[in-house]
Amino acid sequence: MNAFTIIVGRELRLALRQSGDSAIIVMFFVLAAVLFPFGLGPEPNLLARMAPGVVWVTALLAAMLSFERLFLADYEDGSLEQLALGPAPLALVALAKALAHWLTTGVPLMLAAPLIGVLYHLPEDGYAPLIVSMILGTPTISLIGTVGAALTLGARRGGVLLSLLVLPLVVPVLIFGAGAIDAAINGFPVRPQLMVLGGILLAALALCPWASAASVRQALE
Amino acid sequence: MRFFGQDLACVRGERLVFSGLDFALTPGEALILAGRNGSGKTTLLRLMAGLAPYQAGGLGWDDGPVRDDPERHAARLHYVAHLDAVKPALTVWENLEFWARLRGGDSDGARAALARLGLDGLSGVPARYLSAGQRHRLSLARLLAAPAVLWLLDEPTVALDGESVTALMAALAEHRAGGGMAVIATNVDLGDLGASTLDMRRFAPDPGQAGVSV
Repeated sequence: MNAFTIIVGRELRLALRQSGDSAIIVMFFVLAAVLFPFGLGPEPNLLARMAPGVVWVTALLAAMLSFERLFLADYEDGSLEQLALGPAPLALVALAKALAHWLTTGVPLMLAAPLIGVLYHLPEDGYAPLIVSMILGTPTISLIGTVGAALTLGARRGGVLLSLLVLPLVVPVLIFGAGAIDAAINGFPVRPQLMVLGGILLAALALCPWASAASVRQALE
Repeated sequence: MRFFGQDLACVRGERLVFSGLDFALTPGEALILAGRNGSGKTTLLRLMAGLAPYQAGGLGWDDGPVRDDPERHAARLHYVAHLDAVKPALTVWENLEFWARLRGGDSDGARAALARLGLDGLSGVPARYLSAGQRHRLSLARLLAAPAVLWLLDEPTVALDGESVTALMAALAEHRAGGGMAVIATNVDLGDLGASTLDMRRFAPDPGQAGVSV
């Protein structure tokens, strides 16, 4: 457990030194969301109707930009080899990386999401489910992204390949995340969607670190 | 305490790198891996570290085959590779302290290691400003910052200045005097270390077999 906190601390410190990376992801998120009204026209009802889907889709796309460096930097400078020889099992290293990624990317995206809601005239009832679905959904995205990043280590054009691998896997998060907000706006209960999101998160938490560890081990051979 | 390999064979990318390789190390001993570029020195070191797979033979410690408990094996070794695992964004101190704490060392040990390799004046400097030799010294400082019985060193003297080589050799002698073991892959004559030499050419596939994929 001690090794886990040490690794998370290092990842956070590195992210803080390169805080521009997180800022770019959030800026991409906001900018991509702002583009839709230019293409579709500023009709308020249409925008409010689209808001849940747009927030989630753009958040997913923004997150894709951040995964490539997750293991690659450590792989290229030899740190990953040293981490593999360290006292923490690789699955724990992967979990630490996913946690640090969520704190530096998932949380900023979550904080920026209500801003997009305002831009899209999202009805008041939609904000609470938006935040809760983001709280439950963004860690899942970080976990699945870790697997993708580990699988594409050493591949040419790894970033593109990574998106192709990860995007289909996060579709359930998109469906239930946007679905929860939709349900709240239309006066339906949001509990089922949020429960499913929570379930997906637990499954990802149990499976993704092992899958990442196995892929990293493969890449190091 | 004994670390040994028996009849090891390694295939990389369908090419047989070496086969029938035996070695044994007891406390205080050092083993020099000699051989031309591409003869499998780094591969053998990675294999000893448990990072690379081998296709035949066995790697063992007193308490049993290394394969049975790779994490325990990793905990008793330091591997200093070509890649120095130095993060440019962190300072010299932050870089070393991370590895030291991860491997169960403390701040005092890390400070002493920096001083030993002449990096103590640079501890607050971001590692991106270091020269190649300084980066390599920082990587070598990991050896001293947290104790481990087995040192696996891949070309440890490359890019080092004369003083640093002397410091490294002194640290190595101390490590061995304290019952440590070392395996050093090098093409440079390190002087009289009282170490046995493993000539990788002896284990290369014979000329008739060379180039034949396995």
